[in-house]
Amino acid sequence: MGWREIGSGRVARVATDITLPDRLGGWGVRWGINRMHYTVAAGLYAVGQPGSQSPVLVSANYKLTFDQLRRELAGRDVWLLLLETFGINVWCAAGKGTFGTLELINRINRTGLPTLVAHRTLIVPQLGAPGIAAHEVKKATGFKVHYGPIRAEDLPEFLDRGMEVTPAMRRARFNLRDRLVLIPVEVVQAWKPTLIICLLIVVVCALAVRDFRFFSLLPVGLPPTVLYLVALLAGSVVTPILLPWIPGRAFSLKGAQVGLLSAILAALVMGSTWKVADLVALLFVVPAITAYFALNFTGCTTFTSLSGVEKEMRIALPVIILAFVVGVVVWTVGLLT
Amino acid sequence: MSLRYLKDVVTLQLDEERCSGCGMCTQVCVHGVFAVSKSIAHLVDRDACMECGACARNCPVEAVSVRSGVGCAYAVWKSWFRRKKEGGEVGSACS
Repeated sequence: MGWREIGSGRVARVATDITLPDRLGGWGVRWGINRMHYTVAAGLYAVGQPGSQSPVLVSANYKLTFDQLRRELAGRDVWLLLLETFGINVWCAAGKGTFGTLELINRINRTGLPTLVAHRTLIVPQLGAPGIAAHEVKKATGFKVHYGPIRAEDLPEFLDRGMEVTPAMRRARFNLRDRLVLIPVEVVQAWKPTLIICLLIVVVCALAVRDFRFFSLLPVGLPPTVLYLVALLAGSVVTPILLPWIPGRAFSLKGAQVGLLSAILAALVMGSTWKVADLVALLFVVPAITAYFALNFTGCTTFTSLSGVEKEMRIALPVIILAFVVGVVVWTVGLLT
Repeated sequence: MSLRYLKDVVTLQLDEERCSGCGMCTQVCVHGVFAVSKSIAHLVDRDACMECGACARNCPVEAVSVRSGVGCAYAVWKSWFRRKKEGGEVGSACS
């Protein structure tokens, strides 16, 4: 770190190496820790010793984004213009409009960028395009928006090629690694349904054994609790990992298949003493829960549309709820008889 | 292996008569939905559209229209209840 002296003042210089606190912070947000407050100050930054001809890269003020960006800029002289997205990544902020035309125009003027650089080109990440109207930025500031690669990792090649974007840099990707990093937050954020299900299990078991003491509830309550955890993992871990290979297009359908297989496997492993009602309930409830969590994963992906998700929810949600209710009723009746 | 969502659902529309052939849509689209040939943009893979709205926002002649939003079940869920209360739009849930 340090400062880059410019005519009118100075600009903070950023390091391009990632330290242990950066890594820990990044790991934390992937697990939902401090995720909505992981920011750096918006504004202009210097990487290396940029001058009037150096490229200007625009990005968001989410620290995870900032770290991935500066790491790719080692040994280069560039300006970084971070927009105020309140700690949200470029793509999501662009969708919301905070990574937007107005914010970019204001940020250009407030930082004195027009006097700092002689050229009139801004490199904006392609994923910022839903929020930025390039022609309006040009009209208001004279700066031409050049949409750069989607991923920061492609920036070195992009800059070395004289700011040429290859077709591969333009395409969204959602490979295994991209999916894996999103899974922890999904599991952590499932605490709410988890709490509701656990309460439901306790109530039903207490009704069945007419006893609220822990050790009376445990033998009855343990199997359904374990099955819920199986369904949760099937929907928010296994389904995202296997996503491209599970047949079908609808996420709920993909999830239901994994759920059904998981239910059958669970029954084979631990269901030798279970009643018929338990087995029937299992085949309804587990796929329903798995389908629900799989449906939830739509928001993490790079390819689902609003219209598609709305359509899927209108069809899938009633089925999921019905299957869940039928399963719970069958299980409860089985316990009481 | 494929990662493709539902068919025939997206609201994306391209008015080829208005198109000036600038190719901005091909630059901003992350799913290769557009291609320019004979100085006019065409929809070559409409079902790949995720309705992010980048093309419509960056079309200088307003030849592209799409009801943009986030393909996120949680956001849709929230919007269903918000719409009843205050008539809000579908936005992101991640904030």
